[in-house]
Amino acid sequence: MTASKRAADTLIIVALVLLAWQALHQMVGATALPGPVPTLAYLAEFVPSERFAENAWATLVCFFYALLLSYGIGLAIGVWMGVHRLSAAVGEPILISLYTLPKVTLYPVVLLIFGLSVAGRTTFGAMHGVLPVALLTMSAIRNIPRVYWKSAQALHLSRRQTLVTVLFPATLPEVVAGLRIGFTLTLLGVLLAEMFAAKHGLGSLIINAMQLLQGEEMLSVAVVLFIFAAVANALLLWIEHQLHRRV
Amino acid sequence: MNRVSWIRIAVVAIAIGLLEVCCRLGLIDTRVVIPPSQMAEALAQLLISGRVNPEIARTFGIVLIAAVISVVAGFALGVVVHALPRVRQALDPFFATYYAVPIFIFYPVLIVIFGLSVMPIVLMGVATAIVAMVISTLNGLDRVPQVLSKVARVHRMGRTATALLLKLPAAAPHLFTGVKLAVSYAFIGVIASEFILAPAGLGRVISDAYTDFNNRQMYALMLLLIIVATMVNMLLHVLDQRWAERRGIAKA
Repeated sequence: MTASKRAADTLIIVALVLLAWQALHQMVGATALPGPVPTLAYLAEFVPSERFAENAWATLVCFFYALLLSYGIGLAIGVWMGVHRLSAAVGEPILISLYTLPKVTLYPVVLLIFGLSVAGRTTFGAMHGVLPVALLTMSAIRNIPRVYWKSAQALHLSRRQTLVTVLFPATLPEVVAGLRIGFTLTLLGVLLAEMFAAKHGLGSLIINAMQLLQGEEMLSVAVVLFIFAAVANALLLWIEHQLHRRV
Repeated sequence: MNRVSWIRIAVVAIAIGLLEVCCRLGLIDTRVVIPPSQMAEALAQLLISGRVNPEIARTFGIVLIAAVISVVAGFALGVVVHALPRVRQALDPFFATYYAVPIFIFYPVLIVIFGLSVMPIVLMGVATAIVAMVISTLNGLDRVPQVLSKVARVHRMGRTATALLLKLPAAAPHLFTGVKLAVSYAFIGVIASEFILAPAGLGRVISDAYTDFNNRQMYALMLLLIIVATMVNMLLHVLDQRWAERRGIAKA
């Protein structure tokens, strides 16, 4: 019942967005903003094309490496700061102020170091994703109720056992939340990097389409990315809810 | 100042010092990164010469406008949506996905519609910031204790009086969180837009300096942005903390 109601709500929102899109299209004209129908028609043709596949693949590769880095480094920092109290006290404000920094500012530095390469875009994506993963992992570990530690001690669990049977399950839901936000921000970072300077990738495709005034192509790519991000987020949110329910 | 703050300052200072030393010793190519002391020097010279002051004023002006619009409109929208539970329920998935989508992909669309002007940048700033304010407003209004509306009824307070004297102060901490987020998101939205494509502004000047290999100017302005963004965020954080402390005392 609630599930079908929620699906109906989502459908209503999608319909409203499409209507607003159409209305805006009527207002500003077809060259500036193509309507939803021609865009979706173009999308259906464009997505199976080779050019789209090449660029989407380029973005995916960067995104995948960036995600590995974000998760790896983020989890390492998060675990360290979660376990070591002094590091957390010292480091948390630094991480938070880095988190709120507009990191685009630093992209030229990344470009100077790595050049216009996959490494540069990957690094920039990872710069966005590392911080939320680290911060949420840290808070997950520090929010473990003291009772859990005490019972682990009382049961004479070894370090490894404590880690696997107590720490890991207790922190999982919040860590997954961090991974979800990290996913989002890493994708944003990679796309921003591609939009600023790149020859391949969906971000550069959007900018090229804008310069050539190809509204349909620009919007098609935006729609594809929108759907990809929304679906991935929904999936990770669902996992998160399942984990919360289990605890 | 306690021990932790000292250690933190030391960590930051050592990091900057290390960068300085590495640049001076040639371990880091100065064509890639210039020593921090030179960045500061270049920034001081740039500010004194006043060459980029219009750009600075423009960018921070846009950030301010975007933040104010987001806070005011976001608050208003939050209040309206909170009053309509059915609408809110429908919008929940939308709020949950909003920040998952890299909304910068729509910046080129805005440029095509409005032309290369201030408008798309302001809109991008608002687009990144406003939903945080709406969500915080909803959270704040959700957490107004039930007992307060009973108190209002007991005292036969009118709707406006209840809203201003009871609900607003009760929701204030969450609203302030919204303001904090809106400001830092507006910063990110505006600067990122300027970086991608803009007729003027700090982001544009930095990206031009990058294209011209003008490292001194580039690093000077980066330093400026980092300092301003950090200071604004720290200020909001301190205000937030002070407020929390006062509430804590009031409770006791």
